[in-house]
Amino acid sequence: MTPTFSPIARGSAIVLLAALTCMSVQAQQKLLPAQSEVGFVIKQMGVPVEGHFKKFDAQIALDPAKPETGKIAFTIDIGSATMGSPEPDAELPKSVWFNTAKFPQATFQSTSIKGLGGGKFEVAGKLAIKGNTRDAVVPVTLVQSGATTTASGVVGIKRLAFKIGENEWADTSMVADDVQVKFKLTLTGVSKF
Amino acid sequence: MNNATAPRRYNGFAILLHWLLAFALVGIFSVGLYMADLPFSPQRLKLYNWHKWAGITILTLSAIRLLWRLSHKPPTLPQSVTLGMPNWQVMAYRATHVLMYALFFIVPLVGWAYSSAAGFPIVLFGVLPLPDFVSASKPLAELIKPWHEISAFALAGLVVVHVAAALKHHFIDKDGLLTRMLPGKA
Repeated sequence: MTPTFSPIARGSAIVLLAALTCMSVQAQQKLLPAQSEVGFVIKQMGVPVEGHFKKFDAQIALDPAKPETGKIAFTIDIGSATMGSPEPDAELPKSVWFNTAKFPQATFQSTSIKGLGGGKFEVAGKLAIKGNTRDAVVPVTLVQSGATTTASGVVGIKRLAFKIGENEWADTSMVADDVQVKFKLTLTGVSKF
Repeated sequence: MNNATAPRRYNGFAILLHWLLAFALVGIFSVGLYMADLPFSPQRLKLYNWHKWAGITILTLSAIRLLWRLSHKPPTLPQSVTLGMPNWQVMAYRATHVLMYALFFIVPLVGWAYSSAAGFPIVLFGVLPLPDFVSASKPLAELIKPWHEISAFALAGLVVVHVAAALKHHFIDKDGLLTRMLPGKA
């Protein structure tokens, strides 16, 4: 006897299958947060001062052999920013800086990934911080060792393009417009290249 | 040294450095007192950086001043003055000068060490990064922090003693000692 499925059941099965396929494409690689870091360097009157984000996550689907088919979505929990001392840390969530209450997350969504060879990639995408979205190109270098792969890079952003530091803090002679964002992400499940 | 040929006054460059550093020290001490209680603001950040730049400048000028003093013997206390001074005053005169010179170096060096330990390397005038002679470390920064203040207050105290003694010699003893350090004709 041939099993029969109602149209609803058949429809659901297709949706489920599509969802599974989708997931397997979107979450091939996993980020190991404990072994990853996302930091930033600002300049105060010429003095480099470092900070970092404690909480972030990434959805990565990248086949190093076919990078153009890949997709990367990165999320940073802005409230987790710290500069290592209580004074600036109390300032960062305020509305003139990150306005964490209104914009708790910063996101990066890739639009195209280009392989440059030798484990180097160029990831273009949309970077959204504090409700402002800008185009960004992130250079990424992949290094594999055993089961894990580290993806690292440095990207320069202009803080004023995202309104980070408003009013009296918009003065770039006090805090430079250029901010370096540095990342080192440890991933599992990246295929050998 | 034969007193007849010994210089009666400090030489011009020593006088210049003395007064330049006198005003600089009063200025930087006042800024230091004022900025420490400011809330987090661009104003506070600016004053902290200016204070650091001024401190490094004072440290440099103090080094030049010490080298100058070692290579150009300052006038000895005139006998007419020492004869009227009890022994403890002569001792205090020497001790005050040695301690002030020591603190000209200790106060800025401790401040520099604190800045480095706190994770803020000094970039002189916003362009010249200075080396950190201690590494960035929160516990070390907390350990050093009070000593910048303590040494600065010690120097301020010695300056008060120094000024009081100079004024006493000038207005009470009327021995003309102060004129050795006043700008003007030799």
